[in-house]
Amino acid sequence: MDVDRPLPSPITPEAKPFWDGCRALKLMLPRCEECGHVFFYPRILCPRCHSRRVGWMQASGRGTLHSFEIAHQAFQKAWKIKPPYVLAMVQLEEGPRMMSNLINVEPSPKAIKCDMPVEVVFTKVSDDVTLPLFQPRR
Amino acid sequence: MATVAERQRELRNVACIVGVDESDQIGTLPNVSQLSLHLEAISNAVRDAGLKVGDVDGIFTAGQHSPATLGEALGVKPRYVDGTTVGGCSFIIMVGHAVAALHHGLCDVAVVSHGESGRSGTGVTRTRDTALSGQFEFPYGFGGATSYFGMITTRHMHEYGTTLEQWAQVAVSTRKWAALNPKARFRDPITVADVLASRPVSYPFNLLNICLVTDAGGAVVLTRADRAKDCAKAPVYVRGFGEATEHVMVTQMDNLAVSAATRLAGERAFSMAGVSAKDFNHVMLYDAFTSGPPIMLESLGIAKPGEGVQFFTEGRSTPGGRLPINTNGGGLSYTHSGMYGIFPIIEATRQLRGECGARQVPGATCSLVNGMGGMLSAAGTLVLANRT
Repeated sequence: MDVDRPLPSPITPEAKPFWDGCRALKLMLPRCEECGHVFFYPRILCPRCHSRRVGWMQASGRGTLHSFEIAHQAFQKAWKIKPPYVLAMVQLEEGPRMMSNLINVEPSPKAIKCDMPVEVVFTKVSDDVTLPLFQPRR
Repeated sequence: MATVAERQRELRNVACIVGVDESDQIGTLPNVSQLSLHLEAISNAVRDAGLKVGDVDGIFTAGQHSPATLGEALGVKPRYVDGTTVGGCSFIIMVGHAVAALHHGLCDVAVVSHGESGRSGTGVTRTRDTALSGQFEFPYGFGGATSYFGMITTRHMHEYGTTLEQWAQVAVSTRKWAALNPKARFRDPITVADVLASRPVSYPFNLLNICLVTDAGGAVVLTRADRAKDCAKAPVYVRGFGEATEHVMVTQMDNLAVSAATRLAGERAFSMAGVSAKDFNHVMLYDAFTSGPPIMLESLGIAKPGEGVQFFTEGRSTPGGRLPINTNGGGLSYTHSGMYGIFPIIEATRQLRGECGARQVPGATCSLVNGMGGMLSAAGTLVLANRT
């Protein structure tokens, strides 16, 4: 299939369960087995209690739009999607924040507000990669 | 046993800035390599100090060239090198490192150097660590400072009700200073309406909310206070310094609307210097975006949360105002080669020496320099003064 955006690269070994999860349409997050802290991005040590006992949990896919930009140009050479498009920072229900895109919405500050409820939409972008994008919660 | 803060206080006023200058030219310079920008700035700043390049025995630099590259190119074998690279504030942080090295006798004449062919890319090899951004930011279209700093800015607007018109006032104020600086790239006055009508890049930013992209070098020379008295110009004392880092990716910030790194760096510098906000009569804040300086004023505790922008909207920051801010015309209108942090140090030094002509702040005695690295990821703060 035609790829219209940069693909995640390089995929690090500690993040592979996240990307495997996306392919299976599951939003997987690292969780500390010592203190219960759920965090993102994946790393081998809990950034709160510094324990090395890190496991995984499946997230609900629900969250809020913590912040956003409405881009009128590409910031990456490999980005082929026509502007305007929405750069999104999502606050997940489980605690951590992640970058994504907000889709299925009018790209205007009139329609997009910080803290609006959003939900994940898994979007296949290449034969091997599925990305967790977000849309206004229905 | 003394605390870290108490021990750092012993470094107050032990070393001075004795030389500053830019590269021969700044602006669009396709015929000057990045390395040459460094060498021009170093030789000019050393001359400003009344010293010789051969006197330099401590080399501090950030970016693509290591201090070893500068030593080799200068024909100097330094006693002490520092290549701390945590973004554009690295040079501000290195002034503190240089003070410590000078105090402990590890070198005699320290030079902090910046050279960046940010616009023309002459003599540049681009390398970047993308393991994390490449996985978790680039696939969504992020890339370049604008796509990240807007996140901080939009959130600030949501939490405090800051408006696009208020951010625009920062650009207007800074341009007023640039009009008085012959070295500034853009000197024609602008209005809030001009900023709002400029090309939309990425909401909440239009083009005039974003810094320039230029080619430029700059260097700062330091030596111990006892030796500074023999230099060509009046010494500028490093009264306090502080540094901190919080994050690299903005998703990892404790709070998007406040910079923890800036707060910590400021607290450390103010404590070392024994000063508070009311002691400054000149302020330099790293302005890659119009929202940066107000957020820094808030993070430093100089303004209440959400009220930093009032320094600009009420005319305090402008020529003739009570607290002049970014008197060189800033990254927004004077120059911004990529890692801007050397230039606010140069401007503060010139103001404290009284060398600034039409833009001179009358009676400038104590200057605050604060810069960020990355997206408020790292921070460096300096308290500079023209007397002990």
